[in-house]
Amino acid sequence: MKVEQVSVFLENKQGSLEEVMRILKEANVNIRTLSLADTTDFGILRLIVNDVDTTSRVLRDNGFRVSRTTVVAVEVPDKPGGLHSILAVLARENITAEYLYAFVEKSGENAVIIFRFDDSAAALEVLRNNSFSVLSGDKLVGGQAVWFLEWGRAR
Amino acid sequence: MDIMALNIYGLSEIMGPGVAMECTEGREGMHVFEDHFLVETINPDTGEVLPPGAMGELVFTTLTKEAFPLIRYRTRDISHIITAPCRCGRTHQRMDRVTGRSDDMLIIRGVNVFPSQIEAVLVGIQGLEPHYQLIVDRVGTLDTLEVQVEVSDAFFSNADEVRVLQKIKKRINKDLKDFLGITAKIKLVEPKSLQRFEGKASRVIDKR
Ligand SMILES: [Zn+2]
Repeated sequence: MKVEQVSVFLENKQGSLEEVMRILKEANVNIRTLSLADTTDFGILRLIVNDVDTTSRVLRDNGFRVSRTTVVAVEVPDKPGGLHSILAVLARENITAEYLYAFVEKSGENAVIIFRFDDSAAALEVLRNNSFSVLSGDKLVGGQAVWFLEWGRAR
Repeated sequence: MDIMALNIYGLSEIMGPGVAMECTEGREGMHVFEDHFLVETINPDTGEVLPPGAMGELVFTTLTKEAFPLIRYRTRDISHIITAPCRCGRTHQRMDRVTGRSDDMLIIRGVNVFPSQIEAVLVGIQGLEPHYQLIVDRVGTLDTLEVQVEVSDAFFSNADEVRVLQKIKKRINKDLKDFLGITAKIKLVEPKSLQRFEGKASRVIDKR
């Protein structure tokens, strides 16, 4: 199952993240999880939200560059080796991830890893064939983001 | 229609159109009517007369104008003089098209550059908006140029990755260096950061 993510281009300046959050608060958007990839002068904020359409519309209306991308959400047990179990399979099958970030589910038992793949279809097939639990967009909505990590090829 | 369009250069202060004009045979530069006008190019900052062929501000002296002669009249127009013989056989020197105005020319570490030239480089790169701002400053004794530009909505929609944005920054840097010989700091900005300008003058902030 693919999940839609909203990415926002941000200048690396004081208050730009605050502005995005204020706009989303006023639009009553709930953020499931987020990740921020930054360089010295700009950053890309990536959001998993309960309402993708509203999020991209209000941000565009406020003069932001917005992109909607398809990502894949995979559930793993929240214990040592959880992320490695997925990465090992992906490496073996030559599947490349552009970036990933993660959060722990409210129950605390599972972690959800958000992946951006070059080829989502191929990645999904590999994940399913290896019995990983791939989550749908609506399953992601309603919990609470606890932690995230960022791993980008650009670094 | 069987019509050939030719470029004419003129200044209302001198006599309106008819200071220089293209010939139908060559159509590479406008022959200056040297029997009536003396043309020179100068460095707009120092006033120094430049050798033929060098890019600079055009300066005209009228030779035959009687009631209102002009001596070394500074046009503020930047161009260069072509001295090579023309295909048409006329020996009058030619001036190339005016590429800018000396009042908006920037000198960055000794290199003369016009905002319009930077704009032309940016327009040539797919994925950028034609909105930009130039910030010129001096750090120690070194001139610095920052080019602030937006990526287009379509470009960002297809690339929410840091490395893709860094790649376009590198491309801008390379093109500015290759085409204009200048080194600039490129800053990608949010669309609302740049004012929308009608003219060109306000696109430059010179802090020196
Ligand atoms: Zn000619």
